[in-house]
Amino acid sequence: MSATPLLRCTGITKRFGGLVAVDDASLDVEAGSITGLIGPNGAGKTTFFTVIAGFAEPTAGAVTFRGRDITALPAHRRAEIGIARTFQIVQPFAGLSVRENIAVGAYLRHPGREAAMARAEDIALRLGLGPMLDQSAGDLTVAGRKRLEMARALATEPSLLLLDEVLAGLNPSEIRDMIPVVRAIRDSGVTILIVEHVMQAVMQLCDTVAVLAQGRMIAKGRPSEVASDPKVIEAYLGHGAAKRMQAQQGASHA
Amino acid sequence: MKGGLFTSGYGPILIVVVALAVLPFGFSANTTLNFLGFVLIVTLAAQGWNLLAGYGGQFSFGHAAFFGMGAYGIALAQVRFGLNPWLALPLAIALGALTGTILGYLSFRARLRGSYFALVTLAFAEVFRILANASTFTGGAAGVLIPLRIDAANFQFADKRSFYWLALSFVAFVLLLTHWIARSRFGAYLVAVRENEDAARALGVDALAVKLKAITLSGGITAAAGCLYAQKFLYIDANLAFGPWISVEALLAPIIGGIGTVFGPLAGAVLLLGLGEITKTFFTWLLGGAVPGIDLVVFGVLLILCVAFAPRGVLGVLRRILPAFRGGRA
Repeated sequence: MSATPLLRCTGITKRFGGLVAVDDASLDVEAGSITGLIGPNGAGKTTFFTVIAGFAEPTAGAVTFRGRDITALPAHRRAEIGIARTFQIVQPFAGLSVRENIAVGAYLRHPGREAAMARAEDIALRLGLGPMLDQSAGDLTVAGRKRLEMARALATEPSLLLLDEVLAGLNPSEIRDMIPVVRAIRDSGVTILIVEHVMQAVMQLCDTVAVLAQGRMIAKGRPSEVASDPKVIEAYLGHGAAKRMQAQQGASHA
Repeated sequence: MKGGLFTSGYGPILIVVVALAVLPFGFSANTTLNFLGFVLIVTLAAQGWNLLAGYGGQFSFGHAAFFGMGAYGIALAQVRFGLNPWLALPLAIALGALTGTILGYLSFRARLRGSYFALVTLAFAEVFRILANASTFTGGAAGVLIPLRIDAANFQFADKRSFYWLALSFVAFVLLLTHWIARSRFGAYLVAVRENEDAARALGVDALAVKLKAITLSGGITAAAGCLYAQKFLYIDANLAFGPWISVEALLAPIIGGIGTVFGPLAGAVLLLGLGEITKTFFTWLLGGAVPGIDLVVFGVLLILCVAFAPRGVLGVLRRILPAFRGGRA
């Protein structure tokens, strides 16, 4: 493993009144990796994600990016230093065209209109949005909007891309189409942290997976290791599930 | 800039401004020129509103605050401090812009949006109106009378056309400025904040800074309209300068003309005040006497019609039926 990871979260805790949504969770994202963050519903994934993206401040803990403490850095400043995010519930600029939507992201590195528009077009083509460039973003399908979310984030030319359930709400064939897109983004040199519900996608895409359950990190490792971890199986399927599964497997092998 | 005058969108502005500039050669009646001058003042105030609300999505109900700062600024600078009005003009505009910055800082930093922001602007305008009405410095309820000294060097013109052309040059400047902003990074950020503030922040947009810039510009532009108003009528009081009438007209004109478009405020002001004038004349002829407030009824009906049938204003309707208008889109 390299010396310092691109992103390091240490001891992140987030309380909402009496509720502890994230409890002393730590996570490293290595440069060049696709890291997955999974967990059952209500595990605190989105809260953890929001803290990393700078849309909420943690009650305790620190977020460092390239060794620099960014815990208190506002969201727009994080975009400037190279952290981009998408939204789980897509947030297109509905009144604007696809091109204009992506250009808002592109303006961050290209202040001139023509350069920003050209850049937007490039990225749209890369993400398969070429034919919809002049369409209103409000008219896109769900799959189109998810792509637009990624395109806009990529237009800010990030070194770390935070994807919040970009596959949720897609049908299996759309998911199959999306997986190579995500992989291509990583291959272009962008590190990816992906919060995801769709297990099949996580298994295929991620180098490392971290599992959050009831606000705590309960497992970390390669996807295959994590998937067979009894703690993880119990977190998803309930107490005693791991034992029952083992028993069943034992019975079928016999 | 690459491309010709028309592909860059400056062509239509040029045509409209030239057409308006030659208009006084067609009419010589002072009443018509007075009316046209007033339309331009309302246009200018509405252009200020349109920048903040039409492009930036921050709906203000109190642009009278900026209008009044401009009007009182230029009037008091002359009457109380003996300043030349041409010198007072930039100061009064700056006062309006500063009022915008302060109002914006207080409300945007507190994360006020939508109707909460609208109510705060309304409250500011009302407080200014009450203060201007009560303070002796502002002349109290008697208002401020700017001494009549007709001289171009004194911002008072013997020829009504000169004032008209001056007002037109302000409007033309803001048309160009708005068009330029709409095509700039700042304009894209402004619209992004209007459409979805969180998404904009995620893309590196400093939403607070963008909104502050917009309200500062907006305040300055609407204050310029207040300056013109004061110099045209040479008299203001609290209800004229800070009264709700200008807040309402500044927002009705862009909504009826086409919100968030370069020409919306101009088209809306012409239509709004034109129809108001026609109705007033018609009812006076019909009933043999003026019906006070009948133009306000027309404004209300226009607003209802627009909200129901033309959410993108008159220009939006024209664009739908006439393909030729599509080229001029901001």
